[in-house]
Amino acid sequence: MNQTAFAPWDDPAAKPLIQFRDVTKRFGTFTAIEGLSLDIFEKEFFALLGPSGCGKTTMMRMLAGFEDVTEGQILLNGQDIAPVPPNKRAVNMMFQSYALFPHLSIWDNIAFGLRRDRMSKDAIAARVEEMLRLTRLEKFARRKPHQISGGQRQRVALARSLAKAPKLLLLDEPLGALDKKLRQDTQFELMDIQETTGTTFVIVTHDQEEAMTVASRVAVMDEGKLMQVATPDQIYEAPNSVYVADFIGDVNIIEGKAAQTGDKVTIAWAEGQPDIQGTTATRTFSPGQTCHFAIRPEKVAISADKPDAPNALQGKVLDIAYLGNISTYHVELPTGAVIKAQTANTRRIARRSFTWEDPVWISFSDTAGVLLEH
Amino acid sequence: MRRFALIAIPYFWLLALFLVPFLIVLKISLSDLALARPPYLPQWNFGDGWEALRAFFADLDMENFVFLSEDDLYWRAYISSLRIAVISTVITLLVGFPIAYGIARSPVEWRPTLLMLIILPFWTSFLIRVYAWMGILSKEGLLNQFLLWLGVIGEPLTILNTNTAVYIAIVYTYLPFMILPIYAALDRLDDSLLEAAEDLGCSRIQAFWLVTIPLARNGIIAGCFLVFIPAIGEVIIPSLMGGSGTLMIGKVLWEEFFSNRDWPVASAVAIILLLILIIPIILFQRNEQKQREAEG
Repeated sequence: MNQTAFAPWDDPAAKPLIQFRDVTKRFGTFTAIEGLSLDIFEKEFFALLGPSGCGKTTMMRMLAGFEDVTEGQILLNGQDIAPVPPNKRAVNMMFQSYALFPHLSIWDNIAFGLRRDRMSKDAIAARVEEMLRLTRLEKFARRKPHQISGGQRQRVALARSLAKAPKLLLLDEPLGALDKKLRQDTQFELMDIQETTGTTFVIVTHDQEEAMTVASRVAVMDEGKLMQVATPDQIYEAPNSVYVADFIGDVNIIEGKAAQTGDKVTIAWAEGQPDIQGTTATRTFSPGQTCHFAIRPEKVAISADKPDAPNALQGKVLDIAYLGNISTYHVELPTGAVIKAQTANTRRIARRSFTWEDPVWISFSDTAGVLLEH
Repeated sequence: MRRFALIAIPYFWLLALFLVPFLIVLKISLSDLALARPPYLPQWNFGDGWEALRAFFADLDMENFVFLSEDDLYWRAYISSLRIAVISTVITLLVGFPIAYGIARSPVEWRPTLLMLIILPFWTSFLIRVYAWMGILSKEGLLNQFLLWLGVIGEPLTILNTNTAVYIAIVYTYLPFMILPIYAALDRLDDSLLEAAEDLGCSRIQAFWLVTIPLARNGIIAGCFLVFIPAIGEVIIPSLMGGSGTLMIGKVLWEEFFSNRDWPVASAVAIILLLILIIPIILFQRNEQKQREAEG
């Protein structure tokens, strides 16, 4: 199946699996979620991304049924889920701490939810074996949770929450407790399992790389509000605000006054410096309006001679961050502003073209950056 | 050498305070009653030499243990003690578990205060607290006066000097030993486990039986042993609050020592009691060790 074909959010006829309708959640006087509306579609891998305290976990707990909705509605398949207690919802959750029952074996942990459904013994056994196979845990079925590794525990938690074949699986920071290497492998495993089972996944994470890797769509949250909901590439390439641009990846933000003709915008940002040339297809800036030009470091080129480019600024190398595969140069402009430029290290380090204090030119095309109002 | 010294201290402690007294009691239990001071024979002095030592050992016998098995008073006292200890333990568990559960579920800032309230009575003398209970439970006591005033009863209840009074006092005295280990187990219980159980389809009550109780199991077992073991040998409560019908081995032991001045028989009673207690103590130790291993 072609990956790009899956985009129910662009299809006006598609019926969402979950709908948040003007949902507000307050704890006492603190507002955790404010008037939030959101549609999540079947078979989506949806990521809620934001700094801690942004309300993403609260949203998940409302879906699971552990928190009530103060105002508004959450619909699952068109039904309001407010009166349904957590144990009756077709929603399962994988907890951040995994919450494996320490007194039960891996097998019994996975069978726990199935037993509550009064399934026959054979049906339970068959389903547990299937889950063990799916998560490659067959060898550990008889062990207790404290006798297996962190990565294995993570898979048990996943198997247990998938065993009841929920319509919706919630994952609360599922990979938070794993080290980086294991986390990367597990991300792909999660995607495979999501595809195999066809379950809708909603994942909560504060790790933007993780969200970008696994999700079909990402919702960036801040202080109880959705800042942007879009596919990972749109979030990265076309952020709708400085907050989103800054939260996802590395970015240079240049603030200035806009002057627009058609889709071309020139930004006067500092005296004695050439204006920045940008393009925008979607926004209109009134003359003199404050405008933020956001450009990713990898889209900024660095050279010794003045290049032939719509935007070229002179400065000197302030700092070099060597990351192995890439290097990030911090270039200080005469105004004191520092622009980050990234280059792939295709050559050996001994032959690096620039070093500290070198005068350099940085340049970028007029379509490389994004123009943002706020 | 330092490691040896470190281990030697607790072993010396056990040797001096447990093994040596035990051997002395064992020796007395094998002796005969005598009108002497101390009131038993044979005696042995270091200066008497080997011949006297051989004679000393020849004089020791199992006569007192045979006597214990012949007089059914002792057997009935042991059985009765066990029964009273078991029943008190069950009642203490039924009272203590809800209290421990309540404290563990209470707001964090309240817990130290509530625990303090459980421990606080221990800062007064045990004897004074037993006397206070006598004041409450006696015929003219607070409880009867209160019930008469309410009109619930027409004439005072006889509670003091019955087995009921013994149960009340044992439950009251040993309640903290039940509450504290259960609280410790429940306090460690991660709330997300209960949420996970609910998420997987349990009602709250099912989650309690399937998650809370199994995870509090070690605390419950520890609490039960901590109540059961001292309750078997309890002396003061049955003496002061029990009636003539209350038969407990601790009381029998006390009377043999101080009323009959029959130290050898009293020592034999004590040795048998210790043998009876060793079984639950070993079980208790095994439970503790299993718990430590599980937490690994």
